[in-house]
Amino acid sequence: MMQERMSGAEIVLKALVDQGVEVVFGYPGGAVLPLYDAIFKQNHIRHILTRHEQAAVHAAEGYARSTGKVGVVLVTSGPGSTNAVTGLLDALLDSVPLVCLSGQVPTQLIGTDAFQEADTTGITRPCTKHNYLVKDVELLAGVMHEAFYVARTGRPGPVVVDLPKNVQVAEGPYVQAHQVKHKSYRPPVKGDAAAIEKAVDLIASAKRPVFYCGGGVVNSGPAACAALTELVRATGYPITLTLQGIGAFPGSDPQFLGMLGMHGTYEANLAMHGCDVMVAIGARFDDRVTGNVAGFAPGAEIIHVDVDAASINKNVRVDIPIIGDAGSVIADMLAAWKAKKCKPDGEALARWWRQIETWRARKCLAYAPSEAVIKPQFAIERLYAAAKDRDTYITTEVGQHQMWAAQFYRQEEPLHWMTSGGLGTMGYGFPAAIGVQLAHPDSLVACIAGEASFMMNMQEIATAAQYRLPVKVFILNNGYMGMVRQWQELLHGSRYSESHSEALPDIPKLADAFGITGMVVDRPADLDAAIARMIETPGAVLVDVRVDPAENCFPMIPSGATHDNMLLGELVGSRGPTVTEAGKGLV
Amino acid sequence: MQTVTTQTEAIETHTIAVLVDNEAGVLGRVIGLFSGRGYNIESLTVSEVDHHERLSRINIVTTGTPMVIEQIKAQLGRLVPVHRVRDLTSEGPSVQRELALVKVVSTGERRVESLRVADIFRARVVDSTNESFVFEIVGKTGKLDAFIRLMEPLGLIDVSRTGVAAIARGTDSL
Repeated sequence: MMQERMSGAEIVLKALVDQGVEVVFGYPGGAVLPLYDAIFKQNHIRHILTRHEQAAVHAAEGYARSTGKVGVVLVTSGPGSTNAVTGLLDALLDSVPLVCLSGQVPTQLIGTDAFQEADTTGITRPCTKHNYLVKDVELLAGVMHEAFYVARTGRPGPVVVDLPKNVQVAEGPYVQAHQVKHKSYRPPVKGDAAAIEKAVDLIASAKRPVFYCGGGVVNSGPAACAALTELVRATGYPITLTLQGIGAFPGSDPQFLGMLGMHGTYEANLAMHGCDVMVAIGARFDDRVTGNVAGFAPGAEIIHVDVDAASINKNVRVDIPIIGDAGSVIADMLAAWKAKKCKPDGEALARWWRQIETWRARKCLAYAPSEAVIKPQFAIERLYAAAKDRDTYITTEVGQHQMWAAQFYRQEEPLHWMTSGGLGTMGYGFPAAIGVQLAHPDSLVACIAGEASFMMNMQEIATAAQYRLPVKVFILNNGYMGMVRQWQELLHGSRYSESHSEALPDIPKLADAFGITGMVVDRPADLDAAIARMIETPGAVLVDVRVDPAENCFPMIPSGATHDNMLLGELVGSRGPTVTEAGKGLV
Repeated sequence: MQTVTTQTEAIETHTIAVLVDNEAGVLGRVIGLFSGRGYNIESLTVSEVDHHERLSRINIVTTGTPMVIEQIKAQLGRLVPVHRVRDLTSEGPSVQRELALVKVVSTGERRVESLRVADIFRARVVDSTNESFVFEIVGKTGKLDAFIRLMEPLGLIDVSRTGVAAIARGTDSL
């Protein structure tokens, strides 16, 4: 059979269509002009022009996270690809499937310091799951399909395909995705049956169990989350979720202890500390979760399910490792639980829940209400009250507001919560919301932001305006980089070095300048009306919520401390431990 | 945070063999993994071993606690162009060899002595002038170290070593 031949740019576009891509986020430039010309000539793929390549990647992340599909980015060579680097690393650390196509100077100019040349594969090697420099158009179609396969399977992540301009122009063959088989990459799916059986026996014998689950369950898909929910309910055991795991289990279920970790709940962290069996699924024991690993869950036998073998025994030694896809392993666990007719130790479990309820009774998230000034926690509670009965997607920026959102905005289902956890990228939330809104045009998409984070990618107001995307940016404006300010208060004698947000824009005027709506609210009594107006106003809306500048985010496990050493808010109890000298050196 | 390396565990030396696709950048991925995550490389060799399949073999000698060694293997295993990772130190006996070219410049009794030492170590002379020898020596790393140490007072001026090539004993293949 004669193979179809077409230009490299057409091969790329055809591969995108065959991979089910509908939207590409990008920014044109000299080295990708043939690709942009191919985009101009077709109607299958919609291109969304962001105003910065970093924002294009975050928008693709939002799109991917809220759909479970691979997000696609298109950037030019040199500054186009270097601008994308932050987004790529963000996607790598949070396991978001992306394919980033980058232009490159023609192959004959590579290595000559040509105009807008960058060693893109070299620069992005540690920021991607994998990357390719395609020097031969004959291989292009195969690489495109392979890139999507690598991005979405196993532990998902970003893949860069660097495309020299002459390769985009040259003619080559097109191959279908099913004709491509990777030589070495074999992502694990099924977990080891014997290990799963052993794990289920251990789970059934537990006296003080806890499920600790993360983004791996969300990434595995809604079916995995449903299976997790069934397993957790079948056992009756408590469950805590990581920042990325939020939504994997219903947030209003009484078995849910809230998020764990540095700003996790008192009950979640103490359950982790006191448990005898920990069932970790799709979570990677990062330092924000474990605190001081030397004193982490001292009495626990740990089961760890992860699709990434390198995440097992990395920070914490575990007893039963299971390498496999979360959804597959949970389904097998559930089947084994039923087949063995497992029954939890009812007496021990009741005792454990009584203990947990005494921790819960401390109401660790309590804050001092105020009629004079808007408390940031209150603002999120009111937003939640107004939005919870709609189909709502929440993105966040990074900082105090992010942690309050994780604590106070309960998520009932997966794929509705988008936040930058691993890299902690300020400027993530607003462009991510744009990507989410494109995927879900009729849903309410709100970005819970801080004023400092918002300013890091606020040029994207133009993108929201251009495509008439009704994203709602709910800016908790405390006039500080709040988390920096909090650490400076707690660790550095309240010397607020460079953390004050000076020269903030007038938000309504800023919105007006771009043709969208802006508003200010500074009294608690006006908050509900402002939120209602934000939701009802068509198009994008920026809300400047003036909140208490002195509010700190508690509970807090100080750096270097263990889960049983939490700082609590003034209302809740003692201020707890102070940070040790060693702790000050930690991040 | 505290990392696992701060725990008091014995530091071990392991030789790891990695079968990879011989494609552009694959060595960079391996080296970048070690530097980026703070692992040690004592020795590293790489060469194509299957021209038809375009496969290369990388032999890495590294040191770390058992937990770090496990991490290194897992991290290597998840690189996309990696076919197989084997720990030749923990998975049964293996043969390890290294080759060195050692240049000694001397005259008189020191020149004669260098030849005598070379003979004891079964090193071969592969180049000679009136004032110099280049010795070729093959063996375990320790043997090469000992030979080079002995040559130091005998006029040693240059050393070139290949790093360790290693292979499992018996019928197993990578």
